[in-house]
Amino acid sequence: MYDFTYTKPSSVADATKLLAADPDAKFISGGQTLLPALKHRLNKPTTVVDLTGIGEMRGIRREGNTLVIGALTKHVEVETSAEVKAAIPALAQMAAHIGDTQVRNRGTLGGSVSNNDPAADYPAAVLGLGATVVTSKREIPADEFFLGMFTTALETDELLVAIKFPIPEKAGYAKMRNPASRYVMAGAFVSKGPQGIRVAINGAGPCVFRQGEMEAALAGSWSPEAVAGVKQNPEGMNGDIHGSAEYRAHLVTVMAKRAVASAG
Amino acid sequence: MNAVLPFEGIGASVKRKEDLRFLSGRGQYVDDINRPGQAHAWILRSQYAHARINSIDTTAASKMPGVVAIYTSADMTGIGGIPCGWQIHNKDGTPMAEPKHPVLAEGKVRHVGDPIAVVIAETRSQARDAGEAIVLDVEPLPAVTGTTAALAGAAPCVHDDVAGNLCYDWHIGDKAATDAAFAKAAHHVVFETTNNRLVPNAMEPRSAVGDYDTTTGEHTLFTTSQNPHVIRLLMGAFVLQIPESKLRVVAPDVGGGFGSKIYHYAEEAIVTWAAAKLGRPVKWTADRTEAFMSDAHGRDHVSRAELALDKDGTFLGLRVHTQANMGAYLSTFAPCVPTYLYATLLAGVYSTPAIYAEVQAVFTHTVPVDAYRGAGRPEATYLLERLVDVAARQCGFDKVELRRRNFIATSAFPYQTPVALEYDSGDYVSTLNQALETADWAGFEARRAESASRGKLRGIGISTYLEACGIAPSAVVGSLGARAGLYEVGTIRVHPTGSITVLTGAHSHGQGHETTFAQLVCDKLGVPVAQVDIVHGDTGKVPFGMGTYGSRSLAVGGSAMDKAMDKIIAKGKRIAAHLMEASVEDIEFDPRGEKGGTFRVAGTDRTKALAEISLAAYVPHNFPHDELEPGLEETAFYDPKNFTYPGGCHIAEVEIERETGQVHLLNFTAVDDVGRVVNPMIVEGQVQGGVAQGVGQALLENCVYDSSGQLISASMMDYAMPRADDLAPVSVATHTTLCTHNPLGVKGCGEVGAIGSPPAVINAVVDALREFGVNHVEMPATAPKIWSIIHGSTH
Ligand SMILES: Cc1cc2nc3c(=O)[nH]c(=O)nc-3n(C[C@H](O)[C@H](O)[C@H](O)COP(=O)(O)OP(=O)(O)OC[C@H]3O[C@@H](n4cnc5c(N)ncnc54)[C@H](O)[C@@H]3O)c2cc1C
Repeated sequence: MYDFTYTKPSSVADATKLLAADPDAKFISGGQTLLPALKHRLNKPTTVVDLTGIGEMRGIRREGNTLVIGALTKHVEVETSAEVKAAIPALAQMAAHIGDTQVRNRGTLGGSVSNNDPAADYPAAVLGLGATVVTSKREIPADEFFLGMFTTALETDELLVAIKFPIPEKAGYAKMRNPASRYVMAGAFVSKGPQGIRVAINGAGPCVFRQGEMEAALAGSWSPEAVAGVKQNPEGMNGDIHGSAEYRAHLVTVMAKRAVASAG
Repeated sequence: MNAVLPFEGIGASVKRKEDLRFLSGRGQYVDDINRPGQAHAWILRSQYAHARINSIDTTAASKMPGVVAIYTSADMTGIGGIPCGWQIHNKDGTPMAEPKHPVLAEGKVRHVGDPIAVVIAETRSQARDAGEAIVLDVEPLPAVTGTTAALAGAAPCVHDDVAGNLCYDWHIGDKAATDAAFAKAAHHVVFETTNNRLVPNAMEPRSAVGDYDTTTGEHTLFTTSQNPHVIRLLMGAFVLQIPESKLRVVAPDVGGGFGSKIYHYAEEAIVTWAAAKLGRPVKWTADRTEAFMSDAHGRDHVSRAELALDKDGTFLGLRVHTQANMGAYLSTFAPCVPTYLYATLLAGVYSTPAIYAEVQAVFTHTVPVDAYRGAGRPEATYLLERLVDVAARQCGFDKVELRRRNFIATSAFPYQTPVALEYDSGDYVSTLNQALETADWAGFEARRAESASRGKLRGIGISTYLEACGIAPSAVVGSLGARAGLYEVGTIRVHPTGSITVLTGAHSHGQGHETTFAQLVCDKLGVPVAQVDIVHGDTGKVPFGMGTYGSRSLAVGGSAMDKAMDKIIAKGKRIAAHLMEASVEDIEFDPRGEKGGTFRVAGTDRTKALAEISLAAYVPHNFPHDELEPGLEETAFYDPKNFTYPGGCHIAEVEIERETGQVHLLNFTAVDDVGRVVNPMIVEGQVQGGVAQGVGQALLENCVYDSSGQLISASMMDYAMPRADDLAPVSVATHTTLCTHNPLGVKGCGEVGAIGSPPAVINAVVDALREFGVNHVEMPATAPKIWSIIHGSTH
């Protein structure tokens, strides 16, 4: 780890001011992604701005047909929240299977979504439910938020404050884990609700993406069989020592099928 | 007095004495050791697999905050290379190629991770900051990492003085007899395989602290080692030229080794040398990434095996050709692993009359490869037990009956194999039968049908194996090229009031010696386990020792203790005879007597407790001074007469998901003959741990280099270690035949799990894939590999 200064603001406004003044400063929430990167000296921030003192970024509440989850909400809180379990059980289940106990006790929704690791879980739920990302500056629809590998629409001094999840009629998630890292090799989050029928694929490609053909197939018939016949084009999928692009493309169909089955 | 105590002797599952300190975070590991005035070392390592170093500019780095010194090989003058402890001879009798293994790179780097320079600073972070400021001018050169590729004519040379990268070309067995066996065979079965390269990944990364006393000239090295005396010998005599009397090596609590902490590593020499040079202690601790690129790796063989059978399935001959990857340099025991720890095991549990094996060891631009849990024996077992399954399938024999038909008969011991070893005891039929019953082999087809009804593929696999451990008779290994003896040393120090300290040359780094060894003493001398303390891992305290590996601690180290206890009892009897005014011949010793360990005048009620004898020995007012010296402490060196031969049967059952190719281990049965069992709980733990590593090799672990020599699987993100949920309940049972040549009848249990299990798992995987007509799946049997088989693709 290189040396840095540490500060802990207590409001969104103060936090963003720090970043606006110093583009080499870095936010930290749960630290489950940033700390390993710092330890490996892959990142050299001047200042680490600890967000965990900001009250307005916490909390899970239902507002009509929407579930609003604060960016600082830890995975374990999503996993165990009665509100989440009642409204979007697939989301609670997803949270329950992120990393391990230690990671879930510290990692946050906001950290995961703003990091946009192609192999992370939450981005699939955000895109697959058609959620809205609330930032310190604006509201960004999921479809415009995830721009590419580790890239989002967030500006340097823009904070992810909360995420608004429309409550679906049905939603399901299935993933296969990478045997080494246990991150996602390929996953699918499917939903049917106010945002229509959505299929978001994570792990398989360089960035979470919507699978239009599967959405069309599910619009015709909401059933595992409907997606079973849709093949993902391997072109552009990730290939590495854990699986070729062809294998991941194949998994996309398998996971989508399982996700639909789990969504009932 | 003793009657109320729980039985704690041989055969009792005594809870591990060491666990209180380990589980409450009070173990003292090398990194917990901090010496006054200590500085910290960081090693600059090669990012290239192969490169010429044109220059190393440390000017800017030297001026960085906190920097104490920066050294390269140019500064370490008069220092020897890291020695190799075993010399193999080629077929033609010439010695193997043994290129210099410098402590710090001399002109060239030969693998990613090869140490180039050391920065010593006030803090670790400052050392690393400065290390990153060193300016290297290097010229990258083409690299070769593959075992077979390195032997190809055009391959880049790892060492200029080793033509064709060939370290040695060795053979064993009778070629003519084997060829003759094939000539008359009804069946000829061929099997080719690669034994995957593994990264040991002990939980505790390596660490070393060097210290130097300027007033006495004594060097102390604290190091994560399985064998501190061996390090003292190798580093003192060959690298730094420090006499033993001036070099103390301490290996305190060590968090796992699995072989990777046997060897003498550059960092040990660097901190020892630098501490003396600077006159202040120097600490180095690896991070996990460094561990991946600097701890000796394991396995990495490419093999072709051929089996000749008659029409009834009797094995007539076995021919093996293996290429073994040594990495860039010869690690301490590397050359013996694919030879005397491998090819000598190729008879397995079978009475194959003719065997011939050829082994070529090659240099590549990779981390050195050396012994890793099982060392050679897992490679041999895997090759043989897969070959037998392939043969059964190809020739239409039942795979269990084919094994049974070829077993060495229980009545045939001692059994001389065609590949040098003489097995002393075993009972392969009983371990097989017990395992078949425990695993409900007969009921498998019903379970397979049940899985099929859920759309899953189920398979069962068996391995009947044997290994040679308890290494080793010094004269034998000496004749085979070992540059050290392999005896062990035990000292039994009976204190005046009867408690006991044992000094042993074996080293515990997870095995539970502090408990098991105390049980040996309890059993033989009748002293409660709580009053027996085991001291190990310090050349300043223990007379000598060769350390722990090759499942030798109990068989060799325990036997040394047993011999020392014989001497204690003999001396005790003479003291007792004096005190009770009887003749020595009339004194009996009973560890379970009325006073605990009790000396008695035979046929009388005159007795003395061991504690009374020890008190008389240390307060010798009434003592046979004419014939005995005071005190009650004895040391024995025990040199084994033979290897020990644990063996048994492992059965794995797996289920495969058709859609994804994922393999799930459902259950695992191990029935092992480890000789006499001292602590069943510890044996169970050792077997389970070994099986976990074997399953890891079979299903998950794979060390991958790309064609440029970069280590792709250089972290836990890409190197798949087995986790709890990758495993299944492991049923462990033992069936004992006693070792006939050591006093305890013990064989060893540390490696059996890792040796027997990989072929059982792969045999199960291949069995599950019956309908696809495959006869082999290479390790690790990952989901995409299996998916390709199921879906008939080549991806
Ligand atoms: C061993 C291990 C296993 C894991 N397994 C998984 C897994 O299976 N699936 C999975 O999805 N994840 C996994 N993770 C990652 C984990 O979920 C992280 O918690 C998550 O990726 C980041 O959340 P965090 O709060 O820790 O973010 P931090 O590490 O604090 O920050 C991550 C990045 O986001 C930025 N950031 C943080 N909060 C905000 C914010 N509110 N607004 C703007 N930018 C912000 C930071 O500046 C930083 O760049 C694993 C992590 C570990 C260590």
